[in-house]
Amino acid sequence: MSSYVAGSKRKRTKRAIVQYSLLVLLSITTLLPLIWMLSTSLKSGDVIFEIPPKFLPDGFHWENYSRAVSEIEFATLFKNSLTITFFNLLSNVFVSALVAYGFARFQFPGKSIWFLLVLSTIMLPGEVTMIPVFIGFSKIGWTNTFKPLIIPGFLGGAPVFIFLLRQFFMSIPKELDESAVLDGASSFKIFYRIFLPLSIPALVTIGIFSFQGSWNDLLGPLIYLNDTNKFTLPLGLAMFQGVMKVEWGPLMAGSILVLLPVLVIFFLAQKQFVEGVKLSGIKG
Amino acid sequence: MRFKKYEGYLYISPWILGFILLTVAPLIFAFYIGLTEWDTFNAPKFVGLQNYSDLFRDEDFVNALWITIRFAIISVPLGIATSILIAVLVNSKLKGMAFFRTALYMPAVVSGIAISLLWKWMLDKDFGMINLILSKLGIPEQGWLTDPHMVLYSYLMMVVWGAGGGMLTYLAGLQDIPGHLYEAAEIDGANAFQKFRHITLTMLSPVIFYNLIMGIVGAMRKFGDAYIIGGAGNQGRFYMVYLYENAFKFFKMGYATAMAWVLFVLIMLLTMAAFKSSSAWVYYESEVNTRPKRKRG
Repeated sequence: MSSYVAGSKRKRTKRAIVQYSLLVLLSITTLLPLIWMLSTSLKSGDVIFEIPPKFLPDGFHWENYSRAVSEIEFATLFKNSLTITFFNLLSNVFVSALVAYGFARFQFPGKSIWFLLVLSTIMLPGEVTMIPVFIGFSKIGWTNTFKPLIIPGFLGGAPVFIFLLRQFFMSIPKELDESAVLDGASSFKIFYRIFLPLSIPALVTIGIFSFQGSWNDLLGPLIYLNDTNKFTLPLGLAMFQGVMKVEWGPLMAGSILVLLPVLVIFFLAQKQFVEGVKLSGIKG
Repeated sequence: MRFKKYEGYLYISPWILGFILLTVAPLIFAFYIGLTEWDTFNAPKFVGLQNYSDLFRDEDFVNALWITIRFAIISVPLGIATSILIAVLVNSKLKGMAFFRTALYMPAVVSGIAISLLWKWMLDKDFGMINLILSKLGIPEQGWLTDPHMVLYSYLMMVVWGAGGGMLTYLAGLQDIPGHLYEAAEIDGANAFQKFRHITLTMLSPVIFYNLIMGIVGAMRKFGDAYIIGGAGNQGRFYMVYLYENAFKFFKMGYATAMAWVLFVLIMLLTMAAFKSSSAWVYYESEVNTRPKRKRG
């Protein structure tokens, strides 16, 4: 009996060693490119083009960062990206929640048909409507403004979020809002006093996805924005890449600067985000 | 609840407005544009189904279609398998697991153009990190983005690298599997592989199915990194990049819209095939009512 226990303990230790080795190997594989990015951003031009390439930088060439900042007008582009991302975040969280609330808690004629349509728009790839929507926006003179990148969000432009929030709202016990109704609360009051506070993990999760999607969006700004001072960071970086094809030092420095806000947000909201993903089953 | 009959419409009205203005009207319009030759500066010229028949005679189109479909069919299962393996690996209470989970999840956090540029640089034939590592291992350097035969592998490599970013739903699914299933299997003498195959994969199948559908749609619509990275001329030009070029570089709106419709039909067909197959391998708890009901928080 005791030898059986010892044997299974040895087996468990062995398994833990295998598991750790795999984890370390995979983590290195995942992090190495990011470290290479950081290393490149600090290398001088000569070292970047040495054969064979060196992994570590030759000191700290911060001038890559100052060049990236000045050549893509980082401050302006940062402000543009932030503006667009902020409004998308606001609309994706708040408007999606309003619509989801309508579907989760009200009975009205035609409801199931409308909801079916929400589901079908999730499956409809945006590419089909992209060109007519572009032509429509250009006819009313909205190209080269942020409006085409902001307004759709306020018109419930994120059906996936509506769907996920509806699922989440339906899991909130009905007794809560029923007793509030008895106390004479309006439906909107119930929405922002009961539903929103109870859904914070789900809302944070959606917020992060929205932030990421909007911050990283390339196609939208590429289509709609023409003036360089209206560009977003990804678009600026893409154009910068076109001009300075082989300047990998400043390019990697600029890339890191674009990544930083997403990293900061992620680490700030990590706990609620992980909880939200578990609750709503969204892809991570 | 005792609200007025049409009160719900108040809440869903932003979406209804958007649905009419940004989905229904554009869809009708798109149907028409696809039948025209139109550069947006002059009046559209009706050409019937000409755009659609031109598509399949266009070598660039066929190339873009081919690389995109190959990429979707290989990358989606590859990504799913890698994500599951990572999820299984981090689903235990070993010391330091929080660090490994965060590290492996990083590709989902740091996405977008910055990472596309990073890969373009890493895959550089002469000065990139991938060839540097290969040469240390005694493997000859590859023209990842310059050799037409290697382009697809370059994109697949990025998918595998990013697979940790897709682990969260699988991890949540794994944590939902009741331990008594494994215990029962052990009593029946099942080995580790049998347990993984019959319990883990079966119980994860709804999550796998969800990721399969999202993966197919995502792969077919691939744009950002394909636009930035490209690769070996035609070989790295994905469907959406070619569509974008037609619409906004060459101003062939009719042709590009026809491409969008073909993409739509392709995505529908692939998704339908996935749905059709699902009854054979996706397990839903509600189908079996003999199992004890699981409590969820």
